[in-house]
Amino acid sequence: MTPKRTRVWIVGVVAIVVSFVVFLVPFAFVLLQAAKTPAEASNLAFSWPTDWQFFPNLLETLKSNDGVLWRAILNSSILTIVSVALMVVVSAMAGYVLARKKSKWGPLVNFFVLAGLIVPPAVVPTIWVLKGLKLFGTMPGMILIEATFGLSFCILLFRAFVGNIPRELDEAAVLDGAGPVRLFLRVVLPLLRPVVVTVIVVQSVFVFNDFAGPLYFLPGNHNVTVQLALYTFSGQNLSFYNLLFMAIFLITIPPLLAYIFFNRQIVAGMTSGAVKG
Amino acid sequence: MFARRTASRIAAIIGGTAMLAATLAACGSASGSGSTTISLLAGGNDPVNTKFANDLATAFQKENPSITVKVETRPGGTDGDNLIKTRLSTGEMNDVFLYNSGSLFQALHPDSQLQPLTDEPWAKDLTDDFKKTVSTDKGLYGAPWGTTFDGGIMYNKKVYAKLGLSVPKTWDEFISNSEKIKAAGITPVIQSYGDTWTSQLFVLADFANISAQNPNWASDYTNNKAKYSNPPALAGFTHTREIFDKGLMNKDYASLTNVNALKMLATGKGAQYPMITSVIGNVVQSNPDQVNDIGYFAMPADSGDPHATVWAAFGAYIPKSTTDDKLAAAKKLVAFINSAKGCDIQNSVGTPAGPFATSACKVPDSAPALVKDELKYQDAKKTGLALEFLSPIKGPNLEKILIQVGSGISTDKEGAALYDQDVKAQAQQLGIKGW
Amino acid sequence: MSTANAATARRAADIVAQEPAARKRRPIKSFYPTWFFLPAIVLYVVFFVIPSFSSFYFSLTRWSLFDAQFIGFENFVQFFRDPQLYTSFIHTLIYAALTSGSKVILGFFLALLLTSPILGRGYLRAVIFFPVLLSTIGVGIMFKSLLDPFHGMVNAVLGFFGLPQPGWFTDPNLALYTIAGVDIWKGVGIATLIFMAGIVAIPNEYFEAARIDGASSWKTIRLITIPLSKGATATVIILSLIGGLRSFDIIWATTGGGPGFTSDVLASVIYKQYQAGFYGLSTAGNVVLFLLVTVIMVPLSYFLNRKPVEL
Repeated sequence: MTPKRTRVWIVGVVAIVVSFVVFLVPFAFVLLQAAKTPAEASNLAFSWPTDWQFFPNLLETLKSNDGVLWRAILNSSILTIVSVALMVVVSAMAGYVLARKKSKWGPLVNFFVLAGLIVPPAVVPTIWVLKGLKLFGTMPGMILIEATFGLSFCILLFRAFVGNIPRELDEAAVLDGAGPVRLFLRVVLPLLRPVVVTVIVVQSVFVFNDFAGPLYFLPGNHNVTVQLALYTFSGQNLSFYNLLFMAIFLITIPPLLAYIFFNRQIVAGMTSGAVKG
Repeated sequence: MFARRTASRIAAIIGGTAMLAATLAACGSASGSGSTTISLLAGGNDPVNTKFANDLATAFQKENPSITVKVETRPGGTDGDNLIKTRLSTGEMNDVFLYNSGSLFQALHPDSQLQPLTDEPWAKDLTDDFKKTVSTDKGLYGAPWGTTFDGGIMYNKKVYAKLGLSVPKTWDEFISNSEKIKAAGITPVIQSYGDTWTSQLFVLADFANISAQNPNWASDYTNNKAKYSNPPALAGFTHTREIFDKGLMNKDYASLTNVNALKMLATGKGAQYPMITSVIGNVVQSNPDQVNDIGYFAMPADSGDPHATVWAAFGAYIPKSTTDDKLAAAKKLVAFINSAKGCDIQNSVGTPAGPFATSACKVPDSAPALVKDELKYQDAKKTGLALEFLSPIKGPNLEKILIQVGSGISTDKEGAALYDQDVKAQAQQLGIKGW
Repeated sequence: MSTANAATARRAADIVAQEPAARKRRPIKSFYPTWFFLPAIVLYVVFFVIPSFSSFYFSLTRWSLFDAQFIGFENFVQFFRDPQLYTSFIHTLIYAALTSGSKVILGFFLALLLTSPILGRGYLRAVIFFPVLLSTIGVGIMFKSLLDPFHGMVNAVLGFFGLPQPGWFTDPNLALYTIAGVDIWKGVGIATLIFMAGIVAIPNEYFEAARIDGASSWKTIRLITIPLSKGATATVIILSLIGGLRSFDIIWATTGGGPGFTSDVLASVIYKQYQAGFYGLSTAGNVVLFLLVTVIMVPLSYFLNRKPVEL
């Protein structure tokens, strides 16, 4: 072995060991806790469960508090699916025209898009607006809010990507008699497919993990989302750490699946969108 | 190619909408059929409050098969206050909720937020004192649940007996007792900032002593004249800090919870716990054999003549957002609390810590030892109401400020000044004149 | 990229060719209809612009959502006079600077490590990035248990080696920094990722030239890698600063701003005042946060984006 190869090997091993302690041990802790009996879990010790209770705990967690976790999963799914769908359609349209058309409104629109990325939303006034529209504490209201908050990021991504599509394509389509809507739906949108996938995956993770949004704008027990349910759960079940950690484990599954299947898109979205911003 | 992709996308959106519609429909049908479902918000999330609400719901449903009661618990302290305020102002409140009476009740804007219950048949049974704590000029809004109770020091009688200590009357005696307990290797004073609301007792339970010294203090306070930064009210802040400075607290004060603190007191690992006596029900559940080891004494006073601070019973309320069938069902449930069966549940789960606020319920003969200690103060007429029943103003940050003081972050004077600011903000928000 | 585009272009042209050909021609400009902006603009104006602008008015009132009483700058006066409120301002700055700085430094070195040929690179990339996708609340609860002062695993290990066992989330002098640490743990993956993209994009000739000149690896990093990944650095700084200044979830999930007010930041104060029913004061906090973010971010992003990469 050359000295260089040895170094590569040693650094790698050290890094793996460190990553094991820093990143994998916490996950293992969650899993072990989720499989323990209540008494054992309340010790918070990093130990192998003496009595393996994984599946009973799983059922118990889903049943506890009137099945609130089921409801939360359903609510979060609806919220995520609909708001991301809305985001994709609305921001693709805006990003497309923004990239193509040089108008005097361009700089203003750009300003607002950037402001949307940077400015923290004004919470209570937003509630006031929602109340005025009779949308406060309702799922449609929350969907519109999530869609709005994600808009800037998506518009930037779409605008950047449309910029890479040659304009001649539009012209060819127009010369062949396509109208603006057809041009967008049939020529442009299909070409945006990779970025659409990226937007869907990245925003789904964001919306699914959003805590502050539903905390402010979607109060009420029947509207509870997974993050709120988990937070409430952590306040109530101090004597049932096993169920609490089972709940953490359960809500980690969707992002984990997203990561396994869409790793490339997530990475692309998080870096390219960021670099452009 | 395009069509297929667009179609699948549209299908996805329609699918999402259909799911939404399905859930909405599901919500609608539950209330549409012959039965009614109402929800009950418990008075906290500790074992006693949870059990009380659950037992109440179960017994009520047995008598009223057409009504389903769903129970929800909530945090105590400021978190609970805030949750209730938020739910009321957003129209999301449960159909019946159990909550404090007095100033916390007043802060809910009862006239615009709650259903008046003035004309309900049970209203005539209430004591006049209690009526005041759940009424505004315009009407009565709450039914009582639980008994009145005291705030002060809960202590372990066995530890006191073993070390030959007697119940302290002055603060100096309290400190010297505590030093002796510490020397014996037992935690002298238990603090449980893991439940933030528990930090307030040195201040809140001292109020009867303040009233005893200056009977006008509460009205002066409401009129922006009396302040916590000045004696006699400053004492509570000073005491909170002194316990910290002298190292008389348990080591895990920052994370200990109320329920575990009570276990510590019951088993004699800790000797004294500034608390409200209504929590004794938790000891009945966790350490039934040691309930009678726990006693009560009023907050020691510099005057040497301590008075017990008394809290009125809590209330059960119905929000304005509950109407029609649900309102009728909610009223039935509220009435049920003080029916014969309801009284039984209050006595068996709630563990009476004083007299009831309605003539409909009676205290049983078997009461914990601590209740006898409380009665001594009542018989001697050495009691006073807590400030929250004498003034509508209570600043929302008292518990956090006292944690600052009790963890050595702020001095007693800084803490009191901070709280005076907090009180001012609350008074202004409530629109009270003279602020 | 270009071949892919050519292919799709051809395909698109084919499809368009199938359409009935003889339609009236319109100027190409009208094919980017302005109404395509409309849905986005409506959402933006209703749920973002109106609340943002009205917040300036409501921050000057005592507000109950039903009626607002104008009180001038009293809310702001209170904000900067009450120690419990203005400390949150200081905490916000500390927290943002600490998390952002650490993410830049750690992220850069992790990216260097993960772009060099080492053992288990794929595994390391995955494991460092994954926490970014986790639920913040879940992470908060997890660390609260791991860092429990008396039963937690971390203190158990420290105790085993005879080291002090601090109250990570309960010691007033430590809580804010512990939370910042958890934030870094969760967020360093994205900084690493952006730096990796930046480093990979540096043309290999530079490194070749450095190797031929016999530059040490530290010198190579200092003279080539750092200046040439300036774009990535700017992005990481901007993103993590925005995140740090607005941080709420992780604080709320671990300490709730406590003990006392020692880990309160602007975002948690806004929430607490909202909960307590002080809507005017809460909105004033929002305006303070808005101004703080603007005052820091606008000049900073201007400065970072303007500076060309010098060689």
